[in-house]
Amino acid sequence: MTSLNKSALITGFLMALATSTWAEDVPKPIPFPPTQQGGGMNHMGHENYAHGMHAMETVGDLEISGFYSRETLPNAPVAGGFMTITNNGSTDDRLIAASSDISGRVEIHEMAMENDVMKMRELADGLPIPAGETVELKPGGYHVMFMELNTALIQGDTVSVTLEFEQAGSTTITMPVAARQGGMGHTGHGGHMKHGS
Amino acid sequence: MTNRKYSFVVAGGLAILALFAALWVVLIIPKMNRTAADSLGMGDYALLTTDRTPFTEESLKGTPSAVFFGFTHCPEVCPTTLGDIAGWQAELADQGKELRTYFVTVDPERDTIDMMQEYVSWVPGVLGVSGPEDEIKKAITSFRVYAQKVPLKNGGYTMDHSAFVMLFDNKGRFVQTISYGEQFDSAMKKIDALL
Ligand SMILES: [Cu+2]
Repeated sequence: MTSLNKSALITGFLMALATSTWAEDVPKPIPFPPTQQGGGMNHMGHENYAHGMHAMETVGDLEISGFYSRETLPNAPVAGGFMTITNNGSTDDRLIAASSDISGRVEIHEMAMENDVMKMRELADGLPIPAGETVELKPGGYHVMFMELNTALIQGDTVSVTLEFEQAGSTTITMPVAARQGGMGHTGHGGHMKHGS
Repeated sequence: MTNRKYSFVVAGGLAILALFAALWVVLIIPKMNRTAADSLGMGDYALLTTDRTPFTEESLKGTPSAVFFGFTHCPEVCPTTLGDIAGWQAELADQGKELRTYFVTVDPERDTIDMMQEYVSWVPGVLGVSGPEDEIKKAITSFRVYAQKVPLKNGGYTMDHSAFVMLFDNKGRFVQTISYGEQFDSAMKKIDALL
């Protein structure tokens, strides 16, 4: 090996080192500080959904309760529907479809927060409701989603939704429309004077 | 080549390496860190707000501002964030203040300026931002947020996207984020520090 080759090798090594480190200069997601609530999803849904909470619908071995939707923003093309489904039977069931007059389609979705990123997926095979178990459809998780909404949802309205289960069959529930989520801090924030002058 | 020559070359190489490392630590790393924060939001994107004013990197200067990315087909993160912002603005209004806020769509295909106008209209201080898809892509890169189109079974699609609010000072420099669902008091502390 000639000395020229060796110097070339060393220079090459240095250049490789330099480029590999420079590559870090390429914009990449900066590490954002961890969230204070670890994603902030679990403390949601503590509001009082007065009407839906007391309503209960039974179909076959299934008990559906606590169902509600939320007031939509102006022009919002979509809305979510939430409920709790308990399977009191000994056969696994599955929510396979849903429909409503208020939207072109109703899909069964799962939402999750991963590293500050909101991800939503359609449950292609529906939502399993195992025997003897309770499945919650709630903000930040499973929900039925009204797609191609053809009307705005206003607090106090009701939304009629037909649910189709693999075993139990179909049933129609009437969801009350609850207030919008968010902005809970200021409303009823009695002590906000202390933030003022 | 003799052993001595060989050692000389290696020693020389190591010396250069050491020099590089020293320069790196002293000059480059601080610069990189500075650029990482300072350059957030900087880029040559040219978009439009729901006020029909331009939205560029210059828009971040002059007054502190908040920027978040989302889309109107958003199931709950974007409506909830707008609801939270409405809460912050109500609190700020008591102090005679307002936080200039930009809601930038990650879904320009469906979120036209007209469509976004009403969607954000009810929150004081919030402007929707949209524009051509390639300009939106530039903005997503400049703010280093995540956005990904995900097809749905029935032919439609949804968008995975970053769900935090970014705060910028009056020189347009990134300060910190407010996480999705962050407590009201914690968010207000961050905003108060800015205004
Ligand atoms: Cu959904």
